[in-house]
Amino acid sequence: MSIDVKFFASLREKTGKDSTRIEAASVNTVADVWQYCVSEAMPSNTLTAVNMEYVPVDHAVKDGDEVAFFPPVTGG
Amino acid sequence: MTIALYDRPFDPWAVLKQYQQTSIVAGKYGATAVFVGTMRDFNEGDNVRAMTLEHYPGMTEKYLQNLTCEAASKWDILDSLIVHRVGDIKPDEAIVLVVVWSSHRAHAYEANRYLMEQLKSSAPFWKKETLQDNTQRWVEKNTTGDL
Repeated sequence: MSIDVKFFASLREKTGKDSTRIEAASVNTVADVWQYCVSEAMPSNTLTAVNMEYVPVDHAVKDGDEVAFFPPVTGG
Repeated sequence: MTIALYDRPFDPWAVLKQYQQTSIVAGKYGATAVFVGTMRDFNEGDNVRAMTLEHYPGMTEKYLQNLTCEAASKWDILDSLIVHRVGDIKPDEAIVLVVVWSSHRAHAYEANRYLMEQLKSSAPFWKKETLQDNTQRWVEKNTTGDL
């Protein structure tokens, strides 16, 4: 399964990752994607999106998805 | 319903005037509700000399488009315009412009407030401030719009 993963703002800086593509058979959910990419636990206030739509961390992922992790938003 | 992201300074009043002249049908609207958000030179007790606005290209536009459609389904509005800055910003520059045109003021006011509060709480933008001593910090959360 191939998944594009993106990190934004403070999470990009904390993880040292901007975007990456993972090839993994053992990844089922958004939370699994985080664990596959980052050794530290996901901060509790992390927001998650799949294909540019907000989803919970237990959302199932599939081949070709774009998964994003970011902190609380601060626009406006 | 129009949304736009600008990576350069903009004059919200000029943008509003031009949009209204070119896209809004005269005689049909009785109410125009306008919100302009402007960068302050202070935050949380510190002087702020600059700010960078990061966003999630693609999701930002998708979120704002869906939001304007949602507002149009909830209220009787004729049109709406959202303009948001991204990139490097200085104090006194406009960050966001939200305009709603409606036949009547109640719908214009309520839809405008809804668009702005939803944008603040959910649109994928992030502010990074540069303080007077050149240290930088991420703004961790937005304040609520409650009185």
